[in-house]
Amino acid sequence: MINLNAVYALLLREAKIFFREKERIISILVSPLLFLFVMGKGMASGTSPVAGYTYQQFIFPGIIAMVILFTAITYGLYIIWDKRLDFLKEVLAAPISRATLFVGKSLGGMLGAIIETLLLLVIGAMFIIPLSPLKVLLCMAAAFPISYMITNIGLTIGARMKSMEGFGLVMSFLTWPLFFFSGALFDMNTAAPYIKVISLFDPVTYSVDLMRIIMLGQGYFTAWTNLAAIAAFSLATTFLGVTSFGKLQQEK
Amino acid sequence: MAAIKTDNLVKRYSEVTAVNGVSLEIPEGEVFGLLGPNGAGKTTLISMLATLVSPTSGTALVAGHDITTHPLEVRKNIGIVFQEPSVDDLLTARENLYLHSMLYGMPRREINAKIDMMLALVNLSDRAGSMVKTFSGGMRRRLEIARGLIHGPRILFLDEPTLGLDPASRKAVWAHIRKLKEAHNTTIILTTHYMEEADSLADRIGIINRGKIIELDTPQALKKKVGQDLVFLKGEINEAALKALPFVNSVELENGHYKIGITNSGANLQALLNAGGRIEEVEVRRVTLDDVFLKFAGQQISEDAEEHAEGIFERIAVNKSTRR
Repeated sequence: MINLNAVYALLLREAKIFFREKERIISILVSPLLFLFVMGKGMASGTSPVAGYTYQQFIFPGIIAMVILFTAITYGLYIIWDKRLDFLKEVLAAPISRATLFVGKSLGGMLGAIIETLLLLVIGAMFIIPLSPLKVLLCMAAAFPISYMITNIGLTIGARMKSMEGFGLVMSFLTWPLFFFSGALFDMNTAAPYIKVISLFDPVTYSVDLMRIIMLGQGYFTAWTNLAAIAAFSLATTFLGVTSFGKLQQEK
Repeated sequence: MAAIKTDNLVKRYSEVTAVNGVSLEIPEGEVFGLLGPNGAGKTTLISMLATLVSPTSGTALVAGHDITTHPLEVRKNIGIVFQEPSVDDLLTARENLYLHSMLYGMPRREINAKIDMMLALVNLSDRAGSMVKTFSGGMRRRLEIARGLIHGPRILFLDEPTLGLDPASRKAVWAHIRKLKEAHNTTIILTTHYMEEADSLADRIGIINRGKIIELDTPQALKKKVGQDLVFLKGEINEAALKALPFVNSVELENGHYKIGITNSGANLQALLNAGGRIEEVEVRRVTLDDVFLKFAGQQISEDAEEHAEGIFERIAVNKSTRR
């Protein structure tokens, strides 16, 4: 069902393209850095719900989740460019299953998100919060399932979208709400009840919480709850993604 | 065994029926030319046979495999050169070929040697390491052809393969197509707008119009249907007398000239001129596939030109949007 040689080739393509577009690597870090250094420092009076940390340190795990969210969704939507350029035709015509194509694309998105995560972790470790090598490793390990889950969401939407014009809509109606409801910037314990309810359906909530447990040692849910939720969302989005890739046809 | 066998293949889109009941049989090793005006259904037919588009109804066997139930088996046996370049801009020529080879499951040891061979064939060896976005239209086309051939497919679909190529490259591609047929008995389905290309390469030609195959024969036989030779006459012509002659196949009035298809102009021209009336101008030439094409598909072209006069600009605008 899954052709590993083909997955490797697809991943290699995504990696090469990712590293050839250095502007994109940098530009995707801009919003997270603004939140971190302007909002995080600007609200210096804002206290951290976790004792012993500043507000900036408190939101840092959330910003890590944010960079994964933005990179992965953007990557998924980029499949529209593949459609426009007719390159997708070449891949769709190849003797590989749609599941193979999906896995290749998914891994490509994960690769991008992981690299951005690493960049931000390095910046964070230097300027914001001291991180032991173990913590960095754990964060990186957590970034894998999280970026997989979110890339799938991006790819599912991208496969169904017809034009790049939908890009702004997805960012406004999906990406930003996912970020704001996730509790990346505030403490879920003291949040309004409607936020608490909505956040339960937001996969990013569990990602933020998991990162917070790793870095600050304290979260809203337990680590296992977070992992279970991420696993469940990953399964669901894999199913959705493979289904919508199966429907991809050459548009004539 | 037939390389391709289709049975009443139909593809309907919401507004148009692109392919309307095509039944074809193409034997192994044949070069089959598919001709037709723009929008006649050539690309849709090929897309269905290549399992890129699923048919609305009907079936087809390609290399012995059903296109709807066993698409992956079909894909392993075919190569496609698309009408619009689908090579990746941000990869080099070599990387594009490498990706393709891996996707088609070629043994890794062979890939690099094969890539060198194919690049040499299409004269791109010196640009192997350049990114495709720096390539001209013709170079992309050549790379695309190299890619369609690299995995040694048993059946090759070429959708206007020499569109935008200079004469030298076109000749090189033709030579390679002939070699494939001779050396590997590759079946080749070719769509083209260049009649000389179809004439010199194809064993049989199908003319498709409005989704239906309207003529299917060897180039020679098709030309015979128009007549071996064409005589153009101007003056006060006695049309009825011409039509009565046994060697006259067709008489048409075109831009003030009578276009008359006859057999064996050497023996019959004198008789034609004697019966023709008061003749002011005479021109005689051999029938080409252009004449065949215009006779069978010409009607639609002139109608479409009026209907969709503005459509072409929109299509250009769409095609122009590029990645960043």
